[in-house]
Amino acid sequence: MWKKINFAVLVLAINLACITPSQARLTIDVTLWLDNATPIAIVPFGYQGVNPEPMHMTDVISGDLRRSGRFSPMPEKNMTETPHEGNQVNYATWRNLKQKYLVVGKIQMLASNKYQVQFQLMDVDQGKQMIGQSFQVPGKSMRRLAHHISDLVFQAITGIRGAFDTYLAYVTVVKNNKGQRAYQLAISDSDGYNEQILLKSSMPILRPVWSPDAQKLAYVSYISGRPQIYIQNIYTMHVQQLTHFDGSNLSPAWSPDGKRMAMSLSKDGNAEIYIMDLASHQLHRITHNYAIDVEPTWTPDGRNLIFTSDRGGKPQLYEVAVGPDGPQGSPRRITFDGDQNLRADVSPDGKSVAMVNETGGRYRVAVMDLASGQMTLLSNGNLDDSPSYAPNGSMIIYSTHRNGKGVLAIVSSDGRARQLLRFTRGSVRQPAWSPYLHDQ
Amino acid sequence: MIHGNKVLLLGVFALMLSACASTTKQGGTAAQQGQAQSGQQQATGAAQQQGGFQGSPFDNPDNPLSKTTVYFNFDSSEILPDDRPIVIAHAKYLVTHPNVKVVLQGNTDERGTAEYNIALGERRAKAVSQLMQLQGVAQSQIQVVSFGKEHPVALGHNEAAWSKNRRVDIVYPNGH
Repeated sequence: MWKKINFAVLVLAINLACITPSQARLTIDVTLWLDNATPIAIVPFGYQGVNPEPMHMTDVISGDLRRSGRFSPMPEKNMTETPHEGNQVNYATWRNLKQKYLVVGKIQMLASNKYQVQFQLMDVDQGKQMIGQSFQVPGKSMRRLAHHISDLVFQAITGIRGAFDTYLAYVTVVKNNKGQRAYQLAISDSDGYNEQILLKSSMPILRPVWSPDAQKLAYVSYISGRPQIYIQNIYTMHVQQLTHFDGSNLSPAWSPDGKRMAMSLSKDGNAEIYIMDLASHQLHRITHNYAIDVEPTWTPDGRNLIFTSDRGGKPQLYEVAVGPDGPQGSPRRITFDGDQNLRADVSPDGKSVAMVNETGGRYRVAVMDLASGQMTLLSNGNLDDSPSYAPNGSMIIYSTHRNGKGVLAIVSSDGRARQLLRFTRGSVRQPAWSPYLHDQ
Repeated sequence: MIHGNKVLLLGVFALMLSACASTTKQGGTAAQQGQAQSGQQQATGAAQQQGGFQGSPFDNPDNPLSKTTVYFNFDSSEILPDDRPIVIAHAKYLVTHPNVKVVLQGNTDERGTAEYNIALGERRAKAVSQLMQLQGVAQSQIQVVSFGKEHPVALGHNEAAWSKNRRVDIVYPNGH
């Protein structure tokens, strides 16, 4: 009965980046999940069209929901029925299969590169539809649309906005047989697919960070011979060198309103925290200390910076309030557990901070509740690094090592589920999860 | 509660994008050029048997100038007593050769974050720079750059490798 379905028809106008194509092979290991992940059946979508089906969207949706740690998608081979519309669903069948939710849908080819995709999310216990939507997209946008459907399903069930239709940025390093390193700055979809290379260099590339509108990356490159900060538009590829100072120019961090960039500069002798106004390029110095001050990050309200400093002897995290013209008050140490704490990333709700914690020689990702100060270790490697929150705060991506190679891992922020994203070429490091995309 | 079930998904995805602009390429400069010239240690036995070394003092293994690397303890930028003569020898050479430039490249082991390590490597290189300037080397002769943990010379994950990577390389980019 289509009348019962509340279809919102929208056309995804996806601004596809004009970026060098490449091939990436991806392996996802789901290493951990809880038995009480919610069972959901994502029935392979029906397809009608003269051309071959462009892709299996339900594979992408299942992968997204599994990676979140909150869902346990049912294996396709266990499905005894494969309805494509809500009115074909026999709820008793799915109750017997212990499924809580059901996603059905179908894809119809309308023209040579135009497809109509519709899906419905059903509550099996209640025996009724939760959401249903229809889209018209070109074939190349189907993967993106699958992530969008994952977001809608995730939000309808958990009440939390999904963050699957987002990007990752990261740096790959490949060593040739002469021992020379080739660095690449790349972006991909949140599941590691659609890798696109933004920059290649024989010199190190570090610390990509997303602008709040997800249109640009700031990063550190050694192309000039010393580390300088650059900004690159991921769609036009336009590159702007932001800093030209002596010494090390490190740790770019966009303010939440996108108008200022916090950074660490050693132009005055040793690494200090500064804020640059991006319109005027005027600098405000935030720290004055003989110690190393690096890796600033903003709290979501734009009023504080959290940064790494060894002013107490070993690197720990400090917080300082910042106004339009500089610091307001003195930096206050906020981490006390373990031997070292470095490289903070504040959760989108501002309540927690992820960091690299060193205890007993092991560097692991930890999360601290800012109100209580309680720390929770989330990773289990020895040299884990670069934690970065998904924009909905539900997952954290970080770098770790497997078999001597750098790989990326995603852990749910409660530590319940963890996956590895492995790329075939060389080592991967310095991940940064994008904000929500705004181009649809 | 937690069980270690494992699922392996393998996928190959070939990206198809057409009519794309070229990327901005950054070709690197060879930063470590000078090392090949200064790092050689050739023992010319004949010369040594005669009680003196003939040729460049940078090639004489008995001369501290032949050593171009200064090592450090973990998370420290203090120049160790054994390595001070190396820095001082290079400083004296630079004082007598005021047109010669030197690059001090700071490095760290792999432990810790990339950017903290760049700052730490820079602090090490600056410690060497300060000792050189105390010997009278002009600041304009010295350039400092830190690579943090990006340029390890030993690749192991143990103290034997780490101790080789916590270093400042003294590099003469245009020769001696």
